[in-house]
Amino acid sequence: MSPRPWFAAVLVVAFAVALTFLTLPVVAIFVDSSPGKLIESLGDPVARDALWLSLKTTTIALLLILAIGTPAAYFLATRRFPGRALAITLVELPLVLPPAVAGIALLAAVGPTGILGGAISDAGIELVLETAGVVVALTFVASPFYVRQAQAAFSSVDRTLMEAARTLGASEARTFARIVIPAAMPSLAAGTALALGRALGEFGATLMFAGSFRGITQTVPLAIYDRFSTDFPAALALSSVLVAVSAAILLSVKLVSRVEVLGGRAPS
Amino acid sequence: MKTGRGPITVAATALLFVCGCGGKGGGDKPRLVVSAASSLTEALSSCSDGLPDAKVRLSFAGSDELAAQIRRGVRPDAFAAANTKLPDELYRDGLLEKPLAFATNELVLAVPTGSGEVHSLGDLRKAGVKIAVGSDSVPVGSYTQDVLSRLPTAEREQISRNVRSREPDVKGVVGKLTQRAVDAGFVYASDVEATKGRLQAIRLARSLQPVVVYGAAVVQGARQPKAARKYVRGLRSGNCAAALRDAGFGPPQAQ
Repeated sequence: MSPRPWFAAVLVVAFAVALTFLTLPVVAIFVDSSPGKLIESLGDPVARDALWLSLKTTTIALLLILAIGTPAAYFLATRRFPGRALAITLVELPLVLPPAVAGIALLAAVGPTGILGGAISDAGIELVLETAGVVVALTFVASPFYVRQAQAAFSSVDRTLMEAARTLGASEARTFARIVIPAAMPSLAAGTALALGRALGEFGATLMFAGSFRGITQTVPLAIYDRFSTDFPAALALSSVLVAVSAAILLSVKLVSRVEVLGGRAPS
Repeated sequence: MKTGRGPITVAATALLFVCGCGGKGGGDKPRLVVSAASSLTEALSSCSDGLPDAKVRLSFAGSDELAAQIRRGVRPDAFAAANTKLPDELYRDGLLEKPLAFATNELVLAVPTGSGEVHSLGDLRKAGVKIAVGSDSVPVGSYTQDVLSRLPTAEREQISRNVRSREPDVKGVVGKLTQRAVDAGFVYASDVEATKGRLQAIRLARSLQPVVVYGAAVVQGARQPKAARKYVRGLRSGNCAAALRDAGFGPPQAQ
């Protein structure tokens, strides 16, 4: 293949277009409003309630995802059963569902008129319009990010390590805790970060399923939408917080995967 | 792979579709972009299809969101709001031509059909009743605040305590009601009509009723000002006026 100048030019132009397109809106958030004004807007009680609620619901959702998603992913990674490929696809489906569909789906499943709605309210559990409903929405949309990553990580753990532990008399549970989890840790951390990012940004499913009420169900993205029409600078301020947190998440994923590469090389 | 033009052609065609560039498109009818209040969804969707002199693209959201978009530089050809306040403000700031009142509506208390919880405004005070309202910035929310502000303080506070969701537009309130996530909500009479029996309206006492007048105007700098003016006039008298009456909107008072 001889170098074609026009091809190189196409690459450069495409790269420049992509970079500008993806960066400009994010930069604009910080340029459109002065830093002083941003900080001032964050002092607002409504903004603080939203930030606190987002922190709380995201944390609970993540704990649920880790507690149930980790063993579930291990099951998917280590067991062969009929319909496994289908099960994996179903587990991953929320990954590509539009948020509005997720909201409708949750209402149809566990909403007041949903197929399990009666049973849930008989059990005395309130989800819709409650903070618990926000947690359900976040968990639904974010967990596939973690489960997928965790399953891949568990699948790639060296079998001989696990078998060695078993032949030395360790139970499967012990092998899982002492060998598999540490070996998969960098990937699990990356999966956690991705799920965190998705949960933090959830909007549509939360609004449709849990509603919007200050301090109860109005997370940061909902507060941003609510502010947009009346107080643009305040909406920008909250947006800038999400940008900063998301950037931190992305950065930590990159650092973790770097550690993974280095860690992989170390023993040899 | 000799030509390599396929993907580029596809991308260019896609762009054309998305941005609506490339002139008039769709024969020689001018293409109108109309930003309209959520509560106008059914009425305007039915009358704007197949208008003889314009191809209309409607964008529905809370009137406050649409007004904020216009303030941020979005330029639809026309703006139809669920109040006259937002169009008047935008007109004063030079962003709209003179607004025209084109319909009235009535704020009602809506309940899911057949639910036993709420039969009157007074029932909203009962502990455990769940209410959805519009957020303060959207017209339906501010009309709701008007109603509540006319009630005695104690009653107003009891009702406010039962508010469980503040939705960004009236369709959000309707959705919470049809899903039976709440027992009652304040919406427009036309919204109840549009649910075809799934919701029931409880009328408010005349002394509590806010004056709900819809205003529309051509946006300054509209690409199709002539067609837009015709469309806005048609909201008052014409196909769309008839569709509005059918949907349960009242005629505008003489100006």
